[in-house]
Amino acid sequence: MHFGPHLLLATLEGLVTSAVLALTALGLSLVFGVMRVVNVAHGEFFMLGAVLAWAITSAIGGHPALGFLAALVIAPLIVGAVAVVAERLVLRRLNYNPEATIVATIGMLYIIQQLALTFYGPEARPVEPPFSYRILLPWFGYSGYKLSIIAASAVLLIATWLVLTRTKIGLIMRATQYDSETAQAFGISVGRVYGGVFALGAMLAAIAAVLIVPISQAHYLMGQDPLLLSFIVVIIGGLGSLRGTVVAAVLIGLSDGIISMFFSPTLAKIIATLLVAMVLVFRPQGLFGTASR
Amino acid sequence: MTDALVISGLDCFYGEVQVLYGLDLVLNKGEVLCLFGRNGAGKTTTLKAIMGLVPANGGSIRLAGRELTGLPAHEVPKAGVAYVPQGRRLFAEMTVAENIEIGLMARGKGKATRENVLDLFPLLRQRLRQRSGTLSGGEQQMLAMARALCLEPQVLLLDEPTEGLMPSMIAKIRETVSKLRELGVSTILVEQRVDAVLSVADRVSFIENGRNRETVDVDALRADPSAVRRYVGVG
Repeated sequence: MHFGPHLLLATLEGLVTSAVLALTALGLSLVFGVMRVVNVAHGEFFMLGAVLAWAITSAIGGHPALGFLAALVIAPLIVGAVAVVAERLVLRRLNYNPEATIVATIGMLYIIQQLALTFYGPEARPVEPPFSYRILLPWFGYSGYKLSIIAASAVLLIATWLVLTRTKIGLIMRATQYDSETAQAFGISVGRVYGGVFALGAMLAAIAAVLIVPISQAHYLMGQDPLLLSFIVVIIGGLGSLRGTVVAAVLIGLSDGIISMFFSPTLAKIIATLLVAMVLVFRPQGLFGTASR
Repeated sequence: MTDALVISGLDCFYGEVQVLYGLDLVLNKGEVLCLFGRNGAGKTTTLKAIMGLVPANGGSIRLAGRELTGLPAHEVPKAGVAYVPQGRRLFAEMTVAENIEIGLMARGKGKATRENVLDLFPLLRQRLRQRSGTLSGGEQQMLAMARALCLEPQVLLLDEPTEGLMPSMIAKIRETVSKLRELGVSTILVEQRVDAVLSVADRVSFIENGRNRETVDVDALRADPSAVRRYVGVG
């Protein structure tokens, strides 16, 4: 294959990675931005989404699209409910203390992971894609499903942006993010907002997992890489910044796709890590973040 | 005159440290009551306790007979108390219009309230799409008051509204407070400036070491300002 088509293929693969990463990292970023909680268990919500997708598609049977659509709706709802319970039982009792919640979410990480191992097992299990249409380009054929992941992610990111900037719910979330005490003085139930945001963050990770699981596999340890990459993305983009998250996800996803294909996946990881180090040194608040208040 | 807000025996702590010691205070309907005292006397804590932002460990706070202690902080504004915190605490990244919208949402007020409030602060009409963090200090104070008045409160709590403002803006703030009194809004004003206190307040409560030492009519204070010297060391 010539360089041009090769680059196009690498770019498309990178965009698929970016799309999933943007959704996952956005969840992490929202939780930190609004609640000031570094959710170390975020990757496990991703894993839970994938495992539930497998369970739901296996239970429903029939045409793969049917099971997949059910998984796309039900898995995030279940993961969101788990997140609400975790927020009520753990984070709220710790009064959202930044240090204590890091330790608590590490605990949550292991609990969710071990529960998945116990009930789901150590196997990696595939989920059938909802359709197997291939788009035939002059140089190669490309999975229509992978392109649909990019489209779905773009739609969800735009929807999230619209909710945050154009609706009352978004206004309430932003007010809580900027100054939770003043928000309370204007009738905003900060506890309820925190519960909703924690659930939303987990649901975004779960949706990302359901989207990726047909081209990946569901496994109880699959939450580790998304967590690490999400942290890289939010550090580069700026914690709490939607725009920064998307830009950083595209940057990391594309560099991962292109550098991995032309050079080596290890070099892609080295460059991402270097980028994080440079951002931390020269612009600790991230490319699009604001300096801490 | 009926009571708008009655505080009895209020105790408040920051962690292990007691800040208010059985504080008593009565705000009459339609009056401006000024809390006066040195830094750290407990004035701001009193306002925060009314808003439920600092828990009351003892005593009671009654708004027109309704007990406020024990209510979650977000329920207090819905009961009819609005708060303009020290330093304004605007949502700086939001526009002027969005800050006003936050105020309107607190008690489900609509367009009519918004227009009434903007009539009080016409300058804000020209700034609706501007980020509030980019306003001047005086404009920010107007917005902070406008946001609070969007609740159509029975009781307004103002924490040092003239702090750091130029004289023309201070005059505008005083004028607004007087106008609100005419509209029947009861106001508790925390103020450090003696001239501001004498020009807008009806009564003054001297707060010292977390207690209300003395409450006097402003006319009596004009005639005998010795209380100012006694509790604040100036005047």
